Amino acid sequence: MSAVAGRRFTLARALLYTILLLFAVVYLMPLYVMLTTSFKTLEEIHQGNMLALPGQWTLAPWREAWGSACIGLECSGIHGYFFNSIKIVVPAVLISGLLGAFNGYVLTKWRFRGHKIVFGLMLFSCFIPFQIILLPMARVLGILHLANSTAGLVLVHIVYGIGFTTLFFRNFYAAFPDELVRAAKLDGAGFFTLFFRILLPASVPIIVVTVIWQFTNVWNDFLFGVSFASGDSAPITVALNNLVNSSTGVKAYNVNMAAAMVAAVPTLIVYVLAGKYFLRGLMSGSVKG
Amino acid sequence: MPNAASRRHMGARERLQRWLPKLVLSPSCVLVLFFVYGFIAWTSYISFSDSGMLPDYTWAGLRQWTRLWQSWTWGIALHNIWVFGLLYIVACILLGLLLAILLDQRIRAEGVLRTIYLYPMALSFIVTGTAWQWFLNPGLGLEKTMHDLGWQSFSFHWLIDSKMAIYTVVIAAVWQATGFVMAMFLAGLRGIDGEMIKAAQLDGAPIWKIYLRIIVPQLRPVFLSAVVVLAHLAIKSFDLIVAMTGGGPGNATAVPATFMYSYAFSRNEMGIAAASAVFMLAVIAALIIPYLYSELREPRP
Repeated sequence: MSAVAGRRFTLARALLYTILLLFAVVYLMPLYVMLTTSFKTLEEIHQGNMLALPGQWTLAPWREAWGSACIGLECSGIHGYFFNSIKIVVPAVLISGLLGAFNGYVLTKWRFRGHKIVFGLMLFSCFIPFQIILLPMARVLGILHLANSTAGLVLVHIVYGIGFTTLFFRNFYAAFPDELVRAAKLDGAGFFTLFFRILLPASVPIIVVTVIWQFTNVWNDFLFGVSFASGDSAPITVALNNLVNSSTGVKAYNVNMAAAMVAAVPTLIVYVLAGKYFLRGLMSGSVKG
Repeated sequence: MPNAASRRHMGARERLQRWLPKLVLSPSCVLVLFFVYGFIAWTSYISFSDSGMLPDYTWAGLRQWTRLWQSWTWGIALHNIWVFGLLYIVACILLGLLLAILLDQRIRAEGVLRTIYLYPMALSFIVTGTAWQWFLNPGLGLEKTMHDLGWQSFSFHWLIDSKMAIYTVVIAAVWQATGFVMAMFLAGLRGIDGEMIKAAQLDGAPIWKIYLRIIVPQLRPVFLSAVVVLAHLAIKSFDLIVAMTGGGPGNATAVPATFMYSYAFSRNEMGIAAASAVFMLAVIAALIIPYLYSELREPRP
């Protein structure tokens, strides 16, 4: 569509651009304030204007946030929690992605009676409010000796990521030509040969979408982290919240903002580098095909 | 006899090939059945039991449910989620649709603008909450900025005002999700057939009328998707409230998700926590299951 208005420069178009730019300013404002605040001294924050650029740029808040800010009783900054998040994200994304790829493959190319029910059950699991599983999960993690550990969170994220990864790969493979698959089967290609030689090489786009989606979700998770891994094995989001909302002492807004930036940077980088795939994940996570 | 042996061998291989797909699928099925549906069953049972700090499998009928419904905080939580959800859905859809329509006018640098509108969606709610808590900080944030700019009477204390705090959460949540809704509408707009629009343009219909009468009605499926997705996000919202207001001041911004968390982990009232979780699941299921059913049934053109 997109052909309603012409490209002539008129007053209407000037107004159009003004509104769009105003929205852009509003959308960028919190990020701008967060960034500039993180480079200001606390003194300047209390005296100066929130919207002003730092009069005197300082990296001290970033250094403090990374290495020496107090979270709970521990005063070594958020770097440990940052690495916790990486330790959780990498295996969780890889394993749930692999399982999802196989599931999508079976559910489209090796259909069996009841495949729709299996998919429906997995699909619904994407949407449950996770409050419904918090209590039993806490107990099961305790029984498995995985409570308060990053390994426990990896398990949790795999289990509740399978639904989405299966959805992505299923929809992708459903559109993959069946003739190719049938021809390969006639040539004697087995289950794994077919998958690794024919489907997987064609799956790069959906792998990117899945990895980005899972990475963003797991990195940004707070509920599982705060429920199952308080203390030393907490992910970055939990540490950030503890840092910002602890009621002791003077509020170091600049350090808080630097810590928030540290937590935001990985997903922002992914978004800037691969926004197209990020959006595709969002869309197929909401509108099923 | 090598011949029979190899034949038997082939039989085993074929049987393996036949079972292999199901074998590969089964670990995921087991995980989902146990960790999702088993856990749902367990939590549902607990909501009808005597459980307090520890699970107690004695059947207690509707006792926990009655206690839940008599809880003052639960009343606040329900009220808040209703206010929050309604404003969040309406504001996201109106702003998202507006931005999508504006962006659909052959805008220069459309890609850059889209990127700007959508980036909050990549952020953690905790980051968003931290940023907005600072931005709206009474004393140092927006208020002081307005004072510095010369608007001395400007006052903004919503964050610490128990009547208004929930609206600050709405603002931050709308800021985060509008870009996503915009993207959904933009995809919908790009999928509309141009013929009818051209015909209407030839008839001399004004642009706003074309949008109102022809284009927006064709976006009905997108409206439906957006409402379902936003409603389910709203019911699940937890992180943003924890980060921005911590459910406070007092209990003023409690929602079902924060209620459930505090009854489960701070107050050790497992039974009530389970009942509130089951309630959340029931609402979401009533919303999502018909939607998924209709999406999966009719094959898309």
